[in-house]
Amino acid sequence: MKAKKLWFGRLNLFLVIVVIAAFLFPFFWMILASFKTQAQIMSNEHFLFFKPTLKNFYSVFEEHNFLRYIWNSFVVAFFSTLFGLILGLPAAYAIAKFKQHGLGLIILIARIIPGISFMIPWFIIFSNLGLINTYTALILSHMLVGLPFIIWVMISFYETLPMELEEAARVDGCTIQGAFVRIMMPLSTPGIITASILSFIFSWNNFMFSLVLAGDRTKTLPIAVFNFMSYSEINWGGLMAAAVVITLPILIISLALQKYIISGMTVGAVKG
Amino acid sequence: MSSINRLEYAFGKFNLFVERHVRTIFILPAVLFVLVMIVFPIGYTFYLSFFEWSMSGVAKPKWVFFENYKTLLFEDARFWSAVWRTFYFTIFALVLEVVLGVAIAVLLDRNHRAKNLVKTLFMLPMVATPVAIGLVWLLIYEPTIGLANQILKWVGLEPQLWIGSKSQAIPSLVLVDVWQWTPMIALIVMAGLTTLPQENYEAAEIDGASSWQTFWSITLPLLRPTIFAAALLRSIDALKTFDIIYTMTQGGPGFASETLNIYGYHLGFQYFQLGKTSALLMLFFLLILVISFVIIKIRQRLEVYN
Repeated sequence: MKAKKLWFGRLNLFLVIVVIAAFLFPFFWMILASFKTQAQIMSNEHFLFFKPTLKNFYSVFEEHNFLRYIWNSFVVAFFSTLFGLILGLPAAYAIAKFKQHGLGLIILIARIIPGISFMIPWFIIFSNLGLINTYTALILSHMLVGLPFIIWVMISFYETLPMELEEAARVDGCTIQGAFVRIMMPLSTPGIITASILSFIFSWNNFMFSLVLAGDRTKTLPIAVFNFMSYSEINWGGLMAAAVVITLPILIISLALQKYIISGMTVGAVKG
Repeated sequence: MSSINRLEYAFGKFNLFVERHVRTIFILPAVLFVLVMIVFPIGYTFYLSFFEWSMSGVAKPKWVFFENYKTLLFEDARFWSAVWRTFYFTIFALVLEVVLGVAIAVLLDRNHRAKNLVKTLFMLPMVATPVAIGLVWLLIYEPTIGLANQILKWVGLEPQLWIGSKSQAIPSLVLVDVWQWTPMIALIVMAGLTTLPQENYEAAEIDGASSWQTFWSITLPLLRPTIFAAALLRSIDALKTFDIIYTMTQGGPGFASETLNIYGYHLGFQYFQLGKTSALLMLFFLLILVISFVIIKIRQRLEVYN
């Protein structure tokens, strides 16, 4: 019986390792290829062992000006998250407090609608306002992903907070908004962190909105990486270096703040 | 009254005003944003779907009534293939993701020591930038230098064209989607597993049930609402998959991987047939609403049944 259990445990561990390896492998492959020359990638003899080069990263930053795109992506992700929080936190609080489930449903629908459904009106309106290729258009469009998500996460977070706390503060002469800022906001820090990181990541990763609304000046990283590919001959090493540059910050943030990310990704599903 | 006092007085007045209308003031900005950025565009798309227009400043939009819808539904073979491919992609990916996700969740749940580390590593595919992911898989699928064919060669199989072949394009894209999104299903199911009541398991152990029996007759039925919720979230996103498909194949080869989302993008932003695109987007929007509604209804039915 004991031997059987031990054997079973080993099999289990083996399977876990296989699963993890399978899911991490593409990252490993991406990083490896980013240090290879084109010739090394083209030949089948240098799969794991080769003389690494930094040339790809040099070309990404020096020839293709990626610092500018990193900055663009950062600005758009930062401000769309910030404005999303400013609009989303009070709204989520009021929806949870006054049980405005109808509004909650509208927010849910905003998450369901395919993003491409807005692209034509936005494109027309932003063109007419001269806002194509500006941060304004990008931030507004990215907020559309971030804001409903922030509200969605925060409603379920506020619903778990005891409302008596707010009532106690009001007995002591605090206004509702005062209680919100001084008591409920600090209490909901973990929820705010979850919502902000994921809203930031969604914006950083967003491809479709930027594809239509960004221009040369405001191009975000995903578009820059995508354009990198459309040159006549594919420079695989450079492409992989670009892929590393865009994913690495996200992977590091995720590893550091994994607890928040997992709770954000699974919110609303378990509760039923 | 000193000016500081006056300021204080005004501030107090303001605070009182905010307090009295707190519900409106807290919700209104977000609602306005949603109205301007979501409701209005949808309405505008609906309006445009009755016109023929290529966004030229010279030619005004031309009222054609239901012509765009008629063309799409009855004359456009490309539209119906895109509908079919959208479902093919979604169902194929969803089935694999749910089966693998549940299996992996159960597997990881037993492994207590490394659970947190494993969860952390496991979450990385779904937060990574899809465009970058698409490029990495493009290299893996590359027929002459890619790893996929190299592996087939080591095992003694014929090399394949992967996304370069009409029949393999969608399955190859599904594999990427499965790689990226199985972790989400697994993490949701794992969270669900921690909420299951322990008494049932103790009873099963006393009755001498095998682990397979326990899984099949206790774990799975209890997990059903969780699995359903995860599948609902995933199917809605899978129907809308854009980034991976657009970076890897742009809908090709030919139209072999052109889903509704990709067709809509081509029609709108390459051919600039804005009226027809709007009609397509309305149909796509309707389709997603109907599917979500049906899934939610089925779920409620199941809950009542339970």
